[in-house]
Amino acid sequence: MSRSFRAETVKLVRRPASWLLLAITLVLSLIFTYVFPYASIAGGTTGPNADRTLPMLLPDRLVGNSLGGLPVFLGSIVLILGVLTVGGEYGWGTWKTVLSQGPSRLEVYAGKLLTLAAAALVVVLAVFAVGAVSSALIAVAESQPVHWPSAGDLLTGIGAGWLMATMWAMLGAVLAVALRAVALPVGLGLVWMLAVQNLLAAIAAPLLDWVAQLQKGLPGPNAGSLAAALGAPGDTPGVAASVGGGQAALVVAGYLIAFAAVGGLLLQRRDIG
Amino acid sequence: MNLPVHTERLTKRYGGLTAVQDLDLTVRAGEVYGFLGPNGAGKTTTLRMLLGLVRPTSGTVRLLGRPPGAGRLGGVGALIEGPAFYPYLSGRDNLRVLARYAGVGADRVSLVLDLVDLTERAGDRYAGYSLGMKQRLGVAAALLKDPRLLILDEPTNGLDPAGMADMRTLIRRLGAGGCTVLVSSHLLGEVEQVCDRVGVISRGRLIAEGSVADLRGATGLRVLADPLEVAAARVGALVGEERVRVVDGGLDLSIEPDRAAWLNAELVDAGVAVRELRPRERDLEQVFFDLIEKGTADVA
Ligand SMILES: Nc1ncnc2c1ncn2[C@@H]1O[C@H](COP(=O)(O)OP(=O)(O)O)[C@@H](O)[C@H]1O
Ligand SMILES: [Mg+2]
Repeated sequence: MSRSFRAETVKLVRRPASWLLLAITLVLSLIFTYVFPYASIAGGTTGPNADRTLPMLLPDRLVGNSLGGLPVFLGSIVLILGVLTVGGEYGWGTWKTVLSQGPSRLEVYAGKLLTLAAAALVVVLAVFAVGAVSSALIAVAESQPVHWPSAGDLLTGIGAGWLMATMWAMLGAVLAVALRAVALPVGLGLVWMLAVQNLLAAIAAPLLDWVAQLQKGLPGPNAGSLAAALGAPGDTPGVAASVGGGQAALVVAGYLIAFAAVGGLLLQRRDIG
Repeated sequence: MNLPVHTERLTKRYGGLTAVQDLDLTVRAGEVYGFLGPNGAGKTTTLRMLLGLVRPTSGTVRLLGRPPGAGRLGGVGALIEGPAFYPYLSGRDNLRVLARYAGVGADRVSLVLDLVDLTERAGDRYAGYSLGMKQRLGVAAALLKDPRLLILDEPTNGLDPAGMADMRTLIRRLGAGGCTVLVSSHLLGEVEQVCDRVGVISRGRLIAEGSVADLRGATGLRVLADPLEVAAARVGALVGEERVRVVDGGLDLSIEPDRAAWLNAELVDAGVAVRELRPRERDLEQVFFDLIEKGTADVA
């Protein structure tokens, strides 16, 4: 399996789309978490997230601020990465090329999932790093004291972020296997993350009690609860404490494993061709 | 000794369509076996089943004596239904990635690139390759493991005549080097020179098997006559137009040679001057065509 992991890592790292996705992730989190709120504080203007106050942008809020995007926006991007990594083999017809070299399907698939898990960690670490630099700059600019979160909080935050990001990547992977393509899984995944989840939360849940209950079992609201429990700002889309942080972490981990397993099962059973 | 390829009653159905039916295919060690059939005959489906990409509906497959399962493809190299690679990587990097899956060293990559004459362009992105270069890279990938059994599905597709000749030379050389080769094609003429044996598949069934000379078997007639058009029309009306071809100012007929006297009388009756009437070796494509027609008729 390590040979498969190394091969997948090369494919991911050499693929221009991977770096584009990482760049978009960092730019989005920088702009929405720090640039817009800070600009509105500094200039007194209104804009997205403009009601955040200066203490919310300082280094001691790094963990919450870095996790806020993962329930929806950054999660969507990681989902796309998951679809690309697995769906590309269908799109280019390269499953047969790889499998003809002799590895088993599950060996290749496991290599892909490991690579995605590693990529998710890189994304989360990069988001934390960009946040650390941004918040430190703001603190210095505003002559505020620089207090960092404790190492324990940082590790917990990074772990939770990795859990969410990996879960979304696995959702992308299972969608790609199920639909044996790239475009449709990306489209459906984004519709689910950006539209359906919001509609359920904003419209259906307040009207129907059973939808509100059902929501508590879905991956998005659990990721949102996990982020909220670790201090993500409550005005971020998708961040809301509907269940406790510990339960949310367990549910997210459950989805991660379920997505990975279902994808592997489907890939194992179906014909390639 | 283990047979490189051995299938028993191999069958694949897609819903109501039977792509491969009760196929008993045997390829012996060291031979170059031509797996022939028109488009849609079931060649690719069969080869996919050999490699475990497609699960048989029924029947068994053994490659190098091993039943399906992990590790089964040790010693086997394959190119199935056209080359497929990562477009953003160079040819060489594509092979490097595949070499990791195959568990072979990077030295094999340079070696196989040389074998297919792609070294010069190996650093270019795959996306920019011509169809012929892609095909050659596909063959290079199939050779990465230095296979004892090489499975090539229509390797001459997309190649120009020179490329086809190169491919045949390569196959012949590999065959001479002790590698067993199973090569499919929809054109007999493209592979007949390199094949020790050929099998013909039509509508999922093996309808003939043997050496090229075996299959060629019966011969036809060659006719030189004036006026040629009248002769062609007359013979066409007598034996069927599909059996008549105008070649080099004469007629090539796919009919039994012992009908020569009868044909001569018919042509003379029609006012045609027959200059020459002699037996002829049958055209290989015609043999192929006839076999397929016959096989199809048998099945129907
Ligand atoms: N995945 C599939 N689903 C349905 N039908 C298929 C599939 N793959 C092949 N077929 C059908 O099986 C038959 C044999 O196809 P194939 O093996 O590709 O033929 P060949 O390689 O000899 O041209 C064709 O009729 C083809 O349409
Ligand atoms: Mg084919």
